Amino acid sequence: MIDSRQILNRKQIAIIIRRLCHQLIEDHQDFSDTVIVSLLPRGKHISKRIIDKLEKILEKKIEFGELDSSFYRDDLRRHHKPIVPHKMNMTISVDNKNVVIIDDVLYTGRSVRSAIDALMPFGRPKTIKLLVLIDRRLSRHLPIQPDYVGKVIDSIDSEKVIVLIDKNDQNDSILILKS
Amino acid sequence: MNDLSVDNLLGIKYLNLLDIDLIFSTADNFKKIINQPIKKVPSLRDITIANLFFENSTRTKLSFEIAEKRLSADVINFSSAASSVKKGESLLDTVNNILAMKVDIVVMRHPNPGASVFLSRNIEAKIINAGDGTHEHPTQALLDAYSIRERHGDVSSKKIIIIGDILHSRVALSNIYCLKMLGAQVAVCGPSTLMPKYLDSLGVRYFSNLKEALLWCDIANVLRIQLERQDVQLFPSLREYANVYGINSHLLDSLDKKITIMHPGPINRGVELTSDIADSQHSLILDQVENGVAIRMAVLYLLSNKIK
Repeated sequence: MIDSRQILNRKQIAIIIRRLCHQLIEDHQDFSDTVIVSLLPRGKHISKRIIDKLEKILEKKIEFGELDSSFYRDDLRRHHKPIVPHKMNMTISVDNKNVVIIDDVLYTGRSVRSAIDALMPFGRPKTIKLLVLIDRRLSRHLPIQPDYVGKVIDSIDSEKVIVLIDKNDQNDSILILKS
Repeated sequence: MNDLSVDNLLGIKYLNLLDIDLIFSTADNFKKIINQPIKKVPSLRDITIANLFFENSTRTKLSFEIAEKRLSADVINFSSAASSVKKGESLLDTVNNILAMKVDIVVMRHPNPGASVFLSRNIEAKIINAGDGTHEHPTQALLDAYSIRERHGDVSSKKIIIIGDILHSRVALSNIYCLKMLGAQVAVCGPSTLMPKYLDSLGVRYFSNLKEALLWCDIANVLRIQLERQDVQLFPSLREYANVYGINSHLLDSLDKKITIMHPGPINRGVELTSDIADSQHSLILDQVENGVAIRMAVLYLLSNKIK
């Protein structure tokens, strides 16, 4: 039987996104030297939410790209299901820019490692920072830590974190599934 | 759908529509990658690929080799001209010797139709057919359809004429299977001596008159006259062929419509196509070459997922 527990509700998610936006503005001011790169597939919706909020606060367009790192993963041919790439949208240059990579959940750190490799062909960034909505601490396989965190949680391997964020914010929720 | 339904790419006729969609969407990603300043990804760094060419090839071999290198695979090349095949070694022995060197994927061109099917039944490695005699050339058909999709947005409902030596052409057969599966209307045009007897069973229309064919179509895929496969003379002379079935600007200007021109290469300039047409903006020829690398990267990547 699957047992699920909500760890963040719609209202809490909205507060966290607002806080993350202000943290980003504190470090990156008007974003003139900063671009946002969302990690496909699951970083897409949370990035969209953050970019919309930043554009509202700063009253300007934020440069962003959507990065697929499938071809750089270290677990190709190690799964039962093949890894199929997602449609990438990277028309920006990251050369000499501060890059903020956005993903929904930081778990083993392997996706972020592959994302950093996948980013390099688009230029040599000045800095790369990592923003995640959920940090599953104590489960890292690689020495990778986030710079901006929505919420830190303790979870075990058999648990699954489900981030439900879609185009409209009416059904936002973050759950832990125990199986 | 995130996996191919086949373990080897032996021909288009073994694929289904979902396979082709998956190959195209994967090729979209690789097309972006080969246009980046750094064109290489590490996806196949643990894979060894043997390119076995028992028949001459320039662009297909180069295209596969560059696709393999952009995926970081280890590549070994074999051509029969400088090998023990000349000493009488059988295909299976040659390939088994190469596989003993721990090869994961075999890309093979062979003069005998069905050679890749035969090999797939006898060896463990994944096989990609890079042309087997007059049978199939699946990656060429995929890159042709992909180039049409890129230029015209869609393949279905498009009218495509394949002009030339259909009888000896593996490109024609694979193209017919692929384009028809994608919903295009396909017809062929050329001297009746260069048409296969089984044309009716392929469900394609036949035009003997080039102008009528061009008036009907949106896209013309022009094939090379394969002089090396004409063991009996099937048309009087190249000059006569060029006069009756050659495409030139005078003919295209008389049509009052724009037709996209494709050619799998190498072109016999002045025979099936004049130079001004081959180099015009309506020609997709160089797009086909570029897309060939992306399609072959996609096929190699997807088949490598099958390696256990």
